[in-house]
Amino acid sequence: MNYKRPKADVVIIGLGWSGSTMAEELTRAGLNVVAIERGAWRDTTTSFPTTRNPDELSGSVRKDILQAPVTETYTVRNKANQTALPLRKFNNLTLGNNVGGAGTHWAGASWRWQAFDHQPYTRVMERYGAKQLVDGLILQDWGVTYDDLEPFYDRFEKIAGTSGTAGVINGAKQPGGNPFEGSRTSLYPTPALERTRANLLFSEAATRLGYHPFPVPSAMIGAPYTNALGLNLAPCTYCGYCQLYGCGNWSKSSPNICILPVLMQRPNFTVVTESEVIRINTTPDKKMATGVTFVDSNGNIGEQPADIVITATFTLDNTRLLLLSGISMPYDFASGQGVVGRGFTFQTLSWGFMFFENEYLNPFMNTGALATQIDDFNGDNFDHTGMGFIGGAGIQSLCNQGLPIGMAGLVPEGSPQWGKGWKQAFQKGYQNYAQIQGQGTNFAHREQFLDLDPTYKDRFGQPLLRITFDYNENDRRSGRFVRDKCVEIAREMGARQVWGDSFPDRPYSGYRLWDSSHVQGGVVMGEDPKTSVQNRYQQNWDIPNLFVIGASSFPNNAGYNPTIVVGATTLWTAKAIRDLYLRNPGPLVRV
Amino acid sequence: MARFLLRNTLGACVRGGVALSVAALFANAAQAQDASAGTGIEHGRYLAIASDCVACHTASGGKPFAGGLDLNTPFGIITTSNITSDKATGIGSWTFQQFDAAVRHGKGANGNLYPAMPYTSYVKMTDSDVADLWAYMRTVPPVSQKVVENKLPFPYNIRSALVAWNLLFFDKKPFTPDSTKSAAVNRGAYLVEVLEHCGICHTPKSILGHDSSATYQGTSLQGWHAPDLTNNDHTGLGTWSAKDIETYLRSGTNRHTASSGPMTEVIVNSTQHLTDADLQAIAAYFKALPARTVDVPRPLPATNAQMAAGKREFVVQCSACHTSNGLGVANMIPTLQSNPAINAKSPDSLLNILLMGTSGPATVANPTGAAMPGFAWKLHDDQIASVLTYIRNSQDNAAPAVLAADVAKARKALNAQQTVWH
Repeated sequence: MNYKRPKADVVIIGLGWSGSTMAEELTRAGLNVVAIERGAWRDTTTSFPTTRNPDELSGSVRKDILQAPVTETYTVRNKANQTALPLRKFNNLTLGNNVGGAGTHWAGASWRWQAFDHQPYTRVMERYGAKQLVDGLILQDWGVTYDDLEPFYDRFEKIAGTSGTAGVINGAKQPGGNPFEGSRTSLYPTPALERTRANLLFSEAATRLGYHPFPVPSAMIGAPYTNALGLNLAPCTYCGYCQLYGCGNWSKSSPNICILPVLMQRPNFTVVTESEVIRINTTPDKKMATGVTFVDSNGNIGEQPADIVITATFTLDNTRLLLLSGISMPYDFASGQGVVGRGFTFQTLSWGFMFFENEYLNPFMNTGALATQIDDFNGDNFDHTGMGFIGGAGIQSLCNQGLPIGMAGLVPEGSPQWGKGWKQAFQKGYQNYAQIQGQGTNFAHREQFLDLDPTYKDRFGQPLLRITFDYNENDRRSGRFVRDKCVEIAREMGARQVWGDSFPDRPYSGYRLWDSSHVQGGVVMGEDPKTSVQNRYQQNWDIPNLFVIGASSFPNNAGYNPTIVVGATTLWTAKAIRDLYLRNPGPLVRV
Repeated sequence: MARFLLRNTLGACVRGGVALSVAALFANAAQAQDASAGTGIEHGRYLAIASDCVACHTASGGKPFAGGLDLNTPFGIITTSNITSDKATGIGSWTFQQFDAAVRHGKGANGNLYPAMPYTSYVKMTDSDVADLWAYMRTVPPVSQKVVENKLPFPYNIRSALVAWNLLFFDKKPFTPDSTKSAAVNRGAYLVEVLEHCGICHTPKSILGHDSSATYQGTSLQGWHAPDLTNNDHTGLGTWSAKDIETYLRSGTNRHTASSGPMTEVIVNSTQHLTDADLQAIAAYFKALPARTVDVPRPLPATNAQMAAGKREFVVQCSACHTSNGLGVANMIPTLQSNPAINAKSPDSLLNILLMGTSGPATVANPTGAAMPGFAWKLHDDQIASVLTYIRNSQDNAAPAVLAADVAKARKALNAQQTVWH
C-alpha cells in the first residue's frame, strides 16, 4: 500500500545526534518537523536499565544494539580494479539501529577539532607548500573555520554536558588542559573524569619526555549537570559499559538523554520510527527537493512531503541516499570529475601495547572515553618539514576496556596457552595490560571514494554502497611515526613487554579489530561546487532546500573523534536555516 | 468502602495514556498560567486541571474525559463515566443543576455516586468555580462512548446504601476562609482541600472509608504509601522549605527527591500546570500547618545481621546512582539521607519502587524523567529486606526493619517477577 503523510515544514532523515539536534533547533523556531528513523524507539528508563544493561555478551560480543549487516551492509575493496565484497560482520563500523542512532551507543570522546583541521589546505600551503603532499592527496578547506564554529562548539558541549579540563580560554593557556586546543570561550560544562592508574603512568611518562598530557574531553558526565535544554545529567559511575551500550544512568551524553525528552514534549515534532527512507524526492528538473519516500515496518511505502529536506543518517548512508536519488554529480574515479562519494576518509590507527610486571591497573574501572592524551604530534602541532607527510595523531592512554570476555585473550607473549598456567597468566595480565592509541589523521585521496555497488543489493532491491579504500603513502608515513611515539611512551611508563603496530603497514580491512569507526566525507562541504557537494552551510549547491548534515560533510579526517564537530556544524547549519534561509529561501552562497 | 474504591482508582491511574492525553490537552502551559484568575471557559479549564478530572475520567489510551477507566475494587468493577459533551453517552444533555448535583453533592443521573468521585472534597467548591467548570466541560468535544458505570455485584450495586454513608460522613459545609491566615494560605487551603483533593490519599481513612482525624498524616493505599504531609522532620514535610514543595509540584523533583507512583501522575496531569502563585499558595498552606511531634524510633545498630547484609547490597546495588554517601543527585536521584519517605512507618512505597522500579516524572519544568529500574528479578526477598532495613536505619534515618516476609507479600500483591537465580 502506498500512502502520503501530511506535508511538513521540514523532514529529517535519521534521528541520531545530528537529526535530533537539528529537530530541537527547528521546532524551537516554530517549524513543524517530522523525523523518519530506521530504528525503533528507545529510552533510558526502559531500554537501558542499569540492572541488566551491563551484559557483555549481548553488548560487546553479539552487538545487539547495532544494525546487523544482514539487514543492510556495504561492499568493500582496496583498489578500483578489484571486485568489492559485502561486509558480513561489522568490526569497526558501528551503525545505530534505534532512535538516538549511534549517539546512543558511542564511546563518548568529545573533541573540538583544531583550526588546522577545518582549514588544512590554507595552513599546509602557508607553512610547507604543495611539495608536502604525497601524490593523489586531496586537501581542501571547509569554508567554515574554527572561529566561525566556536559558539556552536560551545553550545553543543552545553547540550552534551561534556567533561574536561580547558586548555585555552580566550587565548590564555590553562594549567592541566590541552595547550594546543582551539581557544574556548568557556570551561567544559563538567569537570574532567578521575584518572586511572594507567592514565597517571602515561601522564608522568609523557611529562618526563617533555610532552603535554591532559584528560580527553568526554561524554561521561563529570558532575551533576543541567544542560542547555533543562535536562539533568548524573555523574558517571565508571561502570565501563559505554561503547556498544546505552547508558541507563543519565551519565553519557546521547540524544536519548540530552535532547529527546525535550523534543518529545513539543507538539510540532513527530518521529516516525522503524521506517527507512529509500529516496529523496525532487522536482523533475532537480532544482528543489519535495520530500522523501520511505518503507515502513509493515512494508508499506509512504511519502513525506516537506519544504525542507535534511539528511542526517549515518555518514555512508548520506552519500548513498544522494546517489540513489540521483542528486548532484557522482564522483567518477577515471576522470576525477564529480563530487558525490569523493573525499571519503577513514582514520590511521597506530598502537603501543604493553604488559607491566607488578601493577594493579584495575581496568574494570573505566569508561568509553577515559583517557589521557598528548596532542604534541596531532594535526599541525609540530613542524613536519622534511618528514614527507602532513597530519599526525592524538596519542592517548585509553582506558575503555576491562570487560571479562573482551580481555580474555590478553596474556603476555610466551604465556601458556591453556590450563592453570593460562589462567594464572590471564589473572596477572588483566591487572598489567595497558595500551596507547594513536588516533591518526586521514586526508582525502583520489583513490578513496564511495559509489553504488554494481552487484549487491539491499532488502528493497537498491544497490549497496561500495567503499573503495586503502591507506595512502601519507598514512603509512604518519602511522609509523606515531607508532614509534606510542612505543617510546610505553617504554617510559616502565612496562616490561612493549610492542607497537601501525595499521597502514597492511591493507585496509573492514574486519580488523581495534580499528577506528570514523568513516567520513562523501558529501563534503566547501567553497567550490566542482570539489564539494554543498556550501559552507551544508546546503546542496544544486538544490537549495536540501541539507545533508553529519560527518559526511567533512573533507578530511582528524586525529580526533567527530561527534562534537557533528553537533557544532549541525547547530551552525540550523542557525543558517533559521536566520538566513527562512527569510529568503534560496542558495545561501552564490558562486 | 471509599477507601478501597479510592486506592484502586489511583492504582489504575498509573498509565501512560493519561499523561499523553493531558499533554495534548494542556500542551500550552502558558495558557493555563494566564487562566487561574480569569473567568469563564478558560478558568474552567484551569479548574479541570487543578481538580485532575482527566486522571480518572479517561481510559488508558482513550479520549480525554470519555470515561471507561475500570476501577478494580474488592467488590467488583466501577467504570468511570463519560463526561464529554456527547448528548447520548456523555453529559451533553445535562443541565447545570445536574452537573452541580454530581460534582458537589454526589448525585448522578442514576442515583448516588460512589465516593470514588471526590465530591466529598468538591462540595466546598465555590459557586462561581462550579459554573466556570461547567462552562468549560460544555466545550469538551463530544465522544460517543457508552460506559456501563456500575458493574458491581449484589449487594454493592445498590446505590441507595450510599445515602446512609452520606448521612454519616458527608460534610457539606462550604469552604470558609480563615480570616486569621494570609490570603495565600487560604488560597492554598482551597486548592489542597477542595480542588486537588490531597486528603483523599494522604489522610488515613476509618474502617468505613471516611477521613479520620489524622489529617495528612499519610497512609497506604494500593501498594503505595502516600506520605505524611504534616510539619515534622522525621516523616513529614518539616525539612522541606516552601520552595521545595513548590519545585516538587511544578517539576516532579526537587533538591531532595523525585516523585514516584500515583503522585507522578498527579504532578504530570495536574500540579505542573498550576500557576506559580497557586503553587506558592499550596506551599504556604502546608508550611502553615501546626508542627507535629512523632515518635522517632532508635535506629537498629550496625551489628544487626540485616544491617550488615544490607550495607553490602547498598554498596553493590544502590551506591552507583544514589552515590556512595547516599546523597543522590538533585532534581533527579533522591537522596537517601534523612529522607522522610524512607522513614515512613510503612515501607509500602519503598517495596513497590524496589520491586517494580518507577517511571520518572517528565514535566515541562524538568523533562528528564529519570527513573529507577526494578530489582524484583535480581534480588531475593531477604536481600531486599536487608537493604531496605539498612537504608531505613542508616544515613540519619530510623524506621522499623523490613522482613523477608513483607517483601514476599508485596511481591505477590504487586504481581512482581520472581528472582531469576537461586
